[in-house]
Amino acid sequence: MTDLLDHLVILPILLPLAAGTLMLFFDDRLRTGKAIINVSVTLVLIVLGVLLVLRAAGQVPGGELAATYPVGNWPVPFGIVLVADRLSAMMVLLTSILALSSLLYALARWHTAGPSFHSLFQFLLVGLNGAFLTGDIFNLFVFFEVLLAASYGLALHGLGSVRIRAGLHYIAVNLAASSLFLIGAALIYGVTGTLNMADLAVRVPLIGETDRGLLEAGAAFLGTAFLLKAGMWPLGFWLPTTYAAASAPVAAMFAIMSKVGVYAVLRLSMLAFGAGAGASAWFGQPVLLIGGMATIAFGAIGVMAAQNTARLAGYSILVSSGTLLSAIGMGNAGVTGGALFYLVVSTLALSAFFLLVELLDRVRAEGALLLGVTAEAYGDDEDEDQQAEVGLIIPRALAVIGICFSICALLIASMPPFAGFLAKFAMISAMLNPQGLAQPSPVPLPAWWLTGLLIFSGFAALVALVRTGINTFWVTMSESPAPVRAIEIAPVLLLLGLCLGLTVLAGPVMAYMQDMATIIHAPAGQIEQILNAPLVVEIGGDQP
Amino acid sequence: MELIVAIGIGVLCSCGTYLLMRPRTFQVIIGLSLLSYAVNLFIFGMGRLRMNAAPVIDHGTVDPAVYTDPVPQALVLTAIVIGFAMTALFLVVLLAARGVTGTDHVDGRER
Repeated sequence: MTDLLDHLVILPILLPLAAGTLMLFFDDRLRTGKAIINVSVTLVLIVLGVLLVLRAAGQVPGGELAATYPVGNWPVPFGIVLVADRLSAMMVLLTSILALSSLLYALARWHTAGPSFHSLFQFLLVGLNGAFLTGDIFNLFVFFEVLLAASYGLALHGLGSVRIRAGLHYIAVNLAASSLFLIGAALIYGVTGTLNMADLAVRVPLIGETDRGLLEAGAAFLGTAFLLKAGMWPLGFWLPTTYAAASAPVAAMFAIMSKVGVYAVLRLSMLAFGAGAGASAWFGQPVLLIGGMATIAFGAIGVMAAQNTARLAGYSILVSSGTLLSAIGMGNAGVTGGALFYLVVSTLALSAFFLLVELLDRVRAEGALLLGVTAEAYGDDEDEDQQAEVGLIIPRALAVIGICFSICALLIASMPPFAGFLAKFAMISAMLNPQGLAQPSPVPLPAWWLTGLLIFSGFAALVALVRTGINTFWVTMSESPAPVRAIEIAPVLLLLGLCLGLTVLAGPVMAYMQDMATIIHAPAGQIEQILNAPLVVEIGGDQP
Repeated sequence: MELIVAIGIGVLCSCGTYLLMRPRTFQVIIGLSLLSYAVNLFIFGMGRLRMNAAPVIDHGTVDPAVYTDPVPQALVLTAIVIGFAMTALFLVVLLAARGVTGTDHVDGRER
């Protein structure tokens, strides 16, 4: 293995690490240079992500992995191994796309608002890509800490007392969660004697009855740490406040951070506690199902109760997390396939929405929000003067923002005709036909509840977003149009364009997701391949 | 020895959890530190408690029974470094919050 492409798996980690470190050596006043480095590295990351996904797309169920990479050239169960399969390749690509759009948005104004923005941004990418690519539990902890350390800095970017207060809570909660993560990892190592995820999957069914309680306690500790990151009710109380307080591009990037928790839950629960786990099979699935449904309900109520748009977006993140967790909790490959499609669409749409929030705030005149709230509270909408109703000229920027907002709202509320609807339809269809469309079979009770909740959460999002739209675009009669620069609206258009692309190409993308879900639910072939991963350089022979 | 270590971890953990719930930022940071000590000791315990056993294995054929498990020691080392860095970072935010809000309450205002 001497080809550069064989090192493809580690490049998404090394490249941002090198770029972030390099940028630390330059003064913050050299912003243009740093921005050029940052954007070009992010573009290269997108290319790497596309290469990984294309490699993984050649994969058939139970067949070949995209790539494995034993770091430090240690044979697999002993050293750390990086694994790129369909899921991790897709997540790396999604991360780099969000990174590009958030970064472009930040270049307009936000990157000047505090020190070392560009370095922290690249370190966040190191942590995210590492967490998606690693095949080792303790290494996952290290990458979690890297991404959290960078996110602490980014959450405080721009400072101000609101951000510092929210940041304080965010850091305290996540430090406590890191302790839980360590306890869980230590317990699992103490019982199974391994930290490698594939090796763990082999050993879990072999654990004796006396040690099983300890193993499941360890898994529960780990799960709590992941679910806290994913924002499951009642662990997600910190999320809306933190995300609402963060600056717009940072919040747009954070849209994927809760998905890291979902990813870790999906990966470990299916690998180590899936159908092949013997007595521990489907451990924790009821928690995911019920907790996820509670999160959807909590998030949907929060969406309707939110008094400002940023908090509304934060609660939408909770709804998205809850949907994914409860879909994973159904334990059905078809539902998981739909959920993975939903994951991509909702992450893109919510990221775009976080960017739009700031533009919407700029559109609203200072008093307009207050006017909107009081008008609703007192039903006092009759004395609006009738002037200028006919022939009102809508400024071009306002029109673009309005169209973007309405597409975004339809995506988040999962209404037809866009990809959000297709994703929810795929999930509900698979839930109501657990054995596939060909064989009729009884529908389990949780499936009815979850279907109802999914439709209710979409309705709640629609109500809240339509209200926001009315308050922003109709109530506000701003004299001068909001100043919006092209570089600020371009990332939103990019993300929404991708969502529209996913709508058009829903067929092939869904096929990719379904294959991915099948592999995740039956990982035996994958496990064998990871355990027999070839070394990067063969030891002995011609090597010194 | 197992009992003493277990009680020690339990005391550290309960004190840490109690302090974590307190309303002052300084109490929170001490609570987090105690909690991380408890976790570090716990990771050690998961490698089984051994006296006078080296973690680094010599060359040649050796009996693994006379050595202690090196992996938890490596994990603890990593966890200590990361915990230390995070505590320092939290301390900075704590000072910033104290400076900006004028109070050391975690919510930034006295009730």
